[in-house]
Amino acid sequence: MIEWLLFVIVMIMLAGALMAMLMENLLAATVAASIVSLGLTVIFVFLRAPDVAMTEAAVGAGLSSLILALGLKRLGLWKLDVPSTAVKADAQEDGKS
Amino acid sequence: MFDIASILFAGATGLLVIGIGGMVLSEHLYRMLLALAIAEAGANLMLVLAGFKWSASAPIITVSVESIPAMVDPVPQAMVLTAIVIGVGVQALALTMIIRIRNAYGTLNMREVKLKMEQEFADMADLPIETRSVPARNDQS
Repeated sequence: MIEWLLFVIVMIMLAGALMAMLMENLLAATVAASIVSLGLTVIFVFLRAPDVAMTEAAVGAGLSSLILALGLKRLGLWKLDVPSTAVKADAQEDGKS
Repeated sequence: MFDIASILFAGATGLLVIGIGGMVLSEHLYRMLLALAIAEAGANLMLVLAGFKWSASAPIITVSVESIPAMVDPVPQAMVLTAIVIGVGVQALALTMIIRIRNAYGTLNMREVKLKMEQEFADMADLPIETRSVPARNDQS
């Protein structure tokens, strides 16, 4: 049972790593790299290393993603790939409601 | 069906391969930094897995000292704890270097940065960039 849980988590981590390498949007790539850190946190709990899991969750997943995202903003590459039509539709709905 | 350690070893190896391959193959400097973070995660997982035993408990003494149960090895866990923090420091340092490269050269593509750096060195040395690697003064002999 727990083998399947770890198998799924490892697959999610590998998919996140591949997405971080292959995605065009660098903000989404940063989020995918933080998915890898979150999966690693769960695996550390199952590996009987709760202190490493706490540090990985606070520093690896939290602070590292924050630093990378803020650096991305400083680099001027912070882009949300929202289609302009959807943004306009949302704005119109907000204006009506 | 699966062994737990073999699943996790396969995952750690996959993370290392993806991270190192991304570092070698990508041209964008920020993506190289992300690949470094992923390879570091794979290395940490492999180190913790080196001291893991399925029938052992966490290395925290909660019962009396006389009857301590079997524990996993706490030394790789302490090393990985240090490596996580140092890894974030390395990422922050690399990010400041990337920001300064962006401010100096205006691009983040590795090949363009390399070309501009070579041009800058050639300008500093008063050499034309084509003949810099060729042995000079073949016209005077």
